[in-house]
Amino acid sequence: MTRRRPIVGPLLVVVAMTMAACDKRAPNTLDPQGDHARHIAGVWWLMFGLAAGVYLVVGGLIIISVVRGRGTEHGRPSRVGDNAFIWIGGVLVPIAILALLAVVTVTTTRVLDTHRKGALAIEVTGKRWWWDVRYPTFGFRTANEIRVPVGRQVAVTLESTDVIHSFWIPQLAGKTDQIPGQRNVLRFTAERAGTYRGECAEYCGVEHAKMNFVVLAVPSADFDRWAARHAQPPGVPEDELAARGQRVFLREACAGCHRIAGTPADATIGPDLTDLGARRSIGALTVPNDRDHLSAWIVDSQAVKPGNLMPPITLSKADLDALVTYLESLR
Amino acid sequence: MDERHELERVWSDAPGIPGFLSTVDHKRLGIRYIYTSFFFFFVAGLIALVMRAQLSGPNQHVVGPTTYNELFTVHGTMMIFLFNTPILAGFGNYLVPLQLGTRDMAFPRLNAFSYWVFLLAGLLMCSSFFVGHPPNGGWFAYTPFTNKEFSPGLNMDFWGLSVMFVGISSTVGAVNFIVTIFKLRAPGMTLNRMPVFVWAMLVFSLMILFALPAITLASGLLETDRIFGTSLFVPAGGGSALLYQHLFWFWGHPEVYILFVPAAGMISMIIPVFTGRPLAGYVWVVTALVAIAFISFGVWIHHMFATGMPALALAAFSGASLLIAIPSGVQFFAWISTMWRGVVRLSTPMLFALGFLLIFLLGGITGVMVAVLPFDWQATDTYFIVAHLHYVLNGAVVFPIFGAMYYWLPKFWGRRPSERWGRVSFWVMFVGFNLSFFPMHILGILGMPRRIWTYPSGVGWTGINQLVTIGGGLFGLGTGISLVNWAWARFRGEPAGEDPWNADSLEWATTSPPEHWNFTSIPAVIGRHPLWAEKPVPVSASASPDSTFALGPEGALARQTPITNGIETAPEATMTIPHETYLPLLTALGIAVFFLGLLVNGVVVGVAGVALAAMGLMWWAWRTDVDLR
Ligand code: HEC
Ligand SMILES: [Cu+2]
Ligand SMILES: [Cu+2]
Repeated sequence: MTRRRPIVGPLLVVVAMTMAACDKRAPNTLDPQGDHARHIAGVWWLMFGLAAGVYLVVGGLIIISVVRGRGTEHGRPSRVGDNAFIWIGGVLVPIAILALLAVVTVTTTRVLDTHRKGALAIEVTGKRWWWDVRYPTFGFRTANEIRVPVGRQVAVTLESTDVIHSFWIPQLAGKTDQIPGQRNVLRFTAERAGTYRGECAEYCGVEHAKMNFVVLAVPSADFDRWAARHAQPPGVPEDELAARGQRVFLREACAGCHRIAGTPADATIGPDLTDLGARRSIGALTVPNDRDHLSAWIVDSQAVKPGNLMPPITLSKADLDALVTYLESLR
Repeated sequence: MDERHELERVWSDAPGIPGFLSTVDHKRLGIRYIYTSFFFFFVAGLIALVMRAQLSGPNQHVVGPTTYNELFTVHGTMMIFLFNTPILAGFGNYLVPLQLGTRDMAFPRLNAFSYWVFLLAGLLMCSSFFVGHPPNGGWFAYTPFTNKEFSPGLNMDFWGLSVMFVGISSTVGAVNFIVTIFKLRAPGMTLNRMPVFVWAMLVFSLMILFALPAITLASGLLETDRIFGTSLFVPAGGGSALLYQHLFWFWGHPEVYILFVPAAGMISMIIPVFTGRPLAGYVWVVTALVAIAFISFGVWIHHMFATGMPALALAAFSGASLLIAIPSGVQFFAWISTMWRGVVRLSTPMLFALGFLLIFLLGGITGVMVAVLPFDWQATDTYFIVAHLHYVLNGAVVFPIFGAMYYWLPKFWGRRPSERWGRVSFWVMFVGFNLSFFPMHILGILGMPRRIWTYPSGVGWTGINQLVTIGGGLFGLGTGISLVNWAWARFRGEPAGEDPWNADSLEWATTSPPEHWNFTSIPAVIGRHPLWAEKPVPVSASASPDSTFALGPEGALARQTPITNGIETAPEATMTIPHETYLPLLTALGIAVFFLGLLVNGVVVGVAGVALAAMGLMWWAWRTDVDLR
């Protein structure tokens, strides 16, 4: 049948391309690493099975109905009348499938909505176009990087102070919007240690595409150690160059927008930089965090992430060098 | 032949531009709707190709983020407001009076007005490109992003004002359809004999009347926030961001069906003709269309599953959304059942109908999937949704529209497009469509959010995106082939004759193209399939009571058409069809000037617009006697 070839052809190509393209780094919702995403993946596979069945049966009926009467003058009779056909295919079978899905919806929703004791509280505010992350129990703040303990539920309180964003970690949990004037809570448990890509899913302006983050799921003990260390603000820089860098930071406009714990810089217009040196990327996952990218960012972040809200800043070569050394020393 | 000359004299529009600007003929207006909508379709389609070029590889820079955001906003807005909705209204305009066996719409001048409003609203939206401020807040323009604080330029004003403006066109159009369908049916065309397409246009119009106020309110209040500084949607000023979403989707979900219902109606006309047997389960199908209209008003929250509303409430809307699969299932099996015992002729319109079936089947299935609350938490705002919405809005609406073009063009022009190139176009479109939109499901599952202007390498999206771009190009090529085919047919196509498809409904009982007056004598309808029952179709003659005067040629000569009572379609009165007039254009221009005033914050301009529109309307009322002379 010429009719079937063009459907099957592209499908095969698609499948092949997917295999090739699906490298392990994709934030694949069907490679779940947390309870929330795992339950949903289960729902998906159930639906996928049903969908494939329905498509093949109904698609098959369509094709048969087209070829059935060929060569005849007035078509072939059929034992099933129009009415019975519509009752069965259009009403009864759909009702059965939909009832099953309704039950699955309610049960899964209830499972995903459970609150576990001892959940770790994290607060994340979506900003244009980065994430402000706070750990209220430990009293510290960071940005664009969220560390969570494996096996312990986290309750992420989601807020926004500008426009609507949506907080999404495909491999860990479904998304929840961050809506100004509203506090939403998303609960999930990371089940395996790893680094997971997080994204803003609600269109929020120029750099919506580059509003991403990373979640580091680490063993519980590592997490506790990390949290204890972070609760202490970084000390006065010992290195001469870094100390000069700190002076530049406090003297220039930086301190008017950024916060570094333990210094007078306490603004929240831009990301908290207290542990910048330990973070993997800058610009909400736009570029890797190293000296070159950092200096390029400071001099003209607009070239790196066009349209973001940090203005270009002119510094002497020496000042810039010192500043970068200082920032990279913050861990 | 004397009678014919006389009819020509009575009915024809002034030649040239004056006639063009002042006509109230539903066929000229209907065609014009279709041309204008297709213009927007190709513009929005080209925009889509630019976006696909940008996304064909990681970290590309064909366009920057600002432009990209404008492109996807305009693409969506144009396709929904300036292509899909108006083109269906255009087909309705052309076909409904013919299928009902009458000589025009109930309010011909209003019909012209509705077209001019649509055109001017479209131009208002397009003009944003020329002043460099195209809308950029996404086609659903969520607040607070679209509030003045975060979208300071004129960009979103162009959006809000043209959306409000074009709404006027849909509203008056809907009223016109409803009255036409209830009051102008030929004697004998009782409700249960109405072609399914007419039923679909009735449901379309009723849904518009109930749904449209919500978007008018949403965009209107957005504009009062933006222009006058009220803070309805500004959380910082005590407003609510979510209120906007409720209003928007209270229209937005029904809108999906406002588009789908007429498309399904077209399919219900095409399939029986190309299987040579009446539609199986006519009552089923009509009931399903009505049921869809009702259910679709109770499911809007499924667009807001991730907004953090209480889970139980969301689950209830999830259940309601699942329900809508049933009326769709009913229609599906009615179509299959029709073909099952018939002999299917694979002409171009039928190919598009079959393409529609295979595509809509998948779009319907993924629709059920995203109605399942937990799954939607993963799927929403990703390419899975982009895939789903294109399967239903592009596949399940554009394929029927192309099928309808091939089916009804011979009637519009009296000429036939090439069958061979029609098929080629279909296959290229069908393959391109699936190649482009099927892989998008996978992208969504692999975590690609929608509306991103670029993506990094190394996240597993590159290969699939390349495929999508290739498919998109193919699909565009396929539509282009049809465009050329139609343009060729317009001037060179073979003569079509009255009824090239051996169809059943009344539009095929008149010449191709139909005369201005559609029917010299109004058909006497004796069944659901007039042309299959008796050919030529029996006609009614004018008789002595005044109410039947318009039935025969005497009525046509007096520019009249019969009004029948709503239920058993007994002649009740006659209606005189107005002559051509500039007033609809003038009034529409007045409203356009008013909106322009709002746009530029010009009080004088705004007042001038209101004055012009008011003058137009008053003159219109006062002139009625003259127009009906
Ligand atoms: C007007 C406010 C403003 C000023 C002044 C400013 N920044 Fe920023 N900065 C921002 C914003 C906003 C961002 C987030 C940009 C984004 O990712 O979209 C940012 C991001 C950064 C980042 C990346 C952080 C991350 O985790 O992604 C660094 C590093 C940084 N700024 C350093 C500096 C330094 C050093 C200075 C002074 C020389 C400075 N900024 C001045 C607003 C400012
Ligand atoms: Cu965002
Ligand atoms: Cu919907």
